[in-house]
Amino acid sequence: MKTDELITALSMNVEPVNRRLVDRNVGLALAVGMVVAIVITFIVLGVRTDLTTPRAMIFLFLKLTFAIGTVGAAAVYLARLARPAGERRVSPGLAALPFVAILLLAGISLGQAPSSHWDKMVMGNDWLECLISIPIIAIVPFAVVIWAVRKAAPTNLVRTGAFSGLVAGGVSAIGYALHCTDDSLPFVALWYGGPIVLCTLAGAILGPRLLRW
Amino acid sequence: MTTTETELKALMLASQEGDAAAHRLLLERLSRHLRAYYKGKLVKIGQGAAEAEDLVQEAVLAIHIQRHTYDPEEPLTPWVHAVARYKLIDFLRRNRASLANVPIDEANEVTANDDHLGTESSFDLRRLLKHLPEKMQCSIEAVKLDGLSVAEAARRCGISESGVKVNIHRGLKALAALIAQRTQT
Repeated sequence: MKTDELITALSMNVEPVNRRLVDRNVGLALAVGMVVAIVITFIVLGVRTDLTTPRAMIFLFLKLTFAIGTVGAAAVYLARLARPAGERRVSPGLAALPFVAILLLAGISLGQAPSSHWDKMVMGNDWLECLISIPIIAIVPFAVVIWAVRKAAPTNLVRTGAFSGLVAGGVSAIGYALHCTDDSLPFVALWYGGPIVLCTLAGAILGPRLLRW
Repeated sequence: MTTTETELKALMLASQEGDAAAHRLLLERLSRHLRAYYKGKLVKIGQGAAEAEDLVQEAVLAIHIQRHTYDPEEPLTPWVHAVARYKLIDFLRRNRASLANVPIDEANEVTANDDHLGTESSFDLRRLLKHLPEKMQCSIEAVKLDGLSVAEAARRCGISESGVKVNIHRGLKALAALIAQRTQT
């Protein structure tokens, strides 16, 4: 077939396209993923029972700030990465900012505490539950995010996969924070930050397989 | 900003609004740039004009299908280059050729040269269509090959007008996947 014939066919009855579709799909995936993560936390794990105490509220707020900051920056970049050449407009450093902030705060809080408290502050009561729950809760949000990105045309599949995982991990952490009763900054830095990084790595590995077009 | 960028971007914006003449002109001009680009790349790994033409058509189809992903806030040249390069890398991976043999390129390289000497590609749209599900086949044939309106196509294929549009979109994506399979040597 000649290329001219293909072009003639493609130029027949051209429909206007929706330029907002990419952003809309990523936004939609984010909302659906968030609802799923929160509902799973509610049903399977349950919301923490001491939520009315000031200390619990402060730490919930802190965890949510970290998770929402992570998701916000990552989602903006993901919407760019979903378009050809979008990787030109992404700085991974900015996406890492919430992690740097929480690590700094964790360091400061460790520095102010006696070293005999460190073990309890870092390991908490349930580090294993946190380590396992965040990646598991992230599975459905990850699938929804991948669905949205597949409707577009990413040209850097490793990086796009990584950001899909980062968004899903962050969304999952928002849900899990409603359940988790381990209230210390080093714990959040390690056992929230760590699993979210794991989700990001998984996304980077899966990206080239899931996102080809 | 170069005149090529300005002209092509204006065409793309009109094409996104549904201007068929602008869309046609855009694809024609881009296909000439793509041909020069792919011929230049493939000659280094000992592939000829026919393989280059396959790639030109893959890229033209991709640009058509993905035109909604172009953000008017951004220049068009890097967008076209990213699509062209993505399709090249995909082609090389399918054919187990290493990217290391292909020269590195710059974002403006795609639109730097022009080549209007098109040859035949190795596939045929009508023949490939036969592999698609019936509704996609009917919708694409009616609207894209026979030039019917979406309303007429809806009557011919016995589905709704939005059904025709969805089937064309999905069908073209399926065609792109078929072409990618066939150009595996």
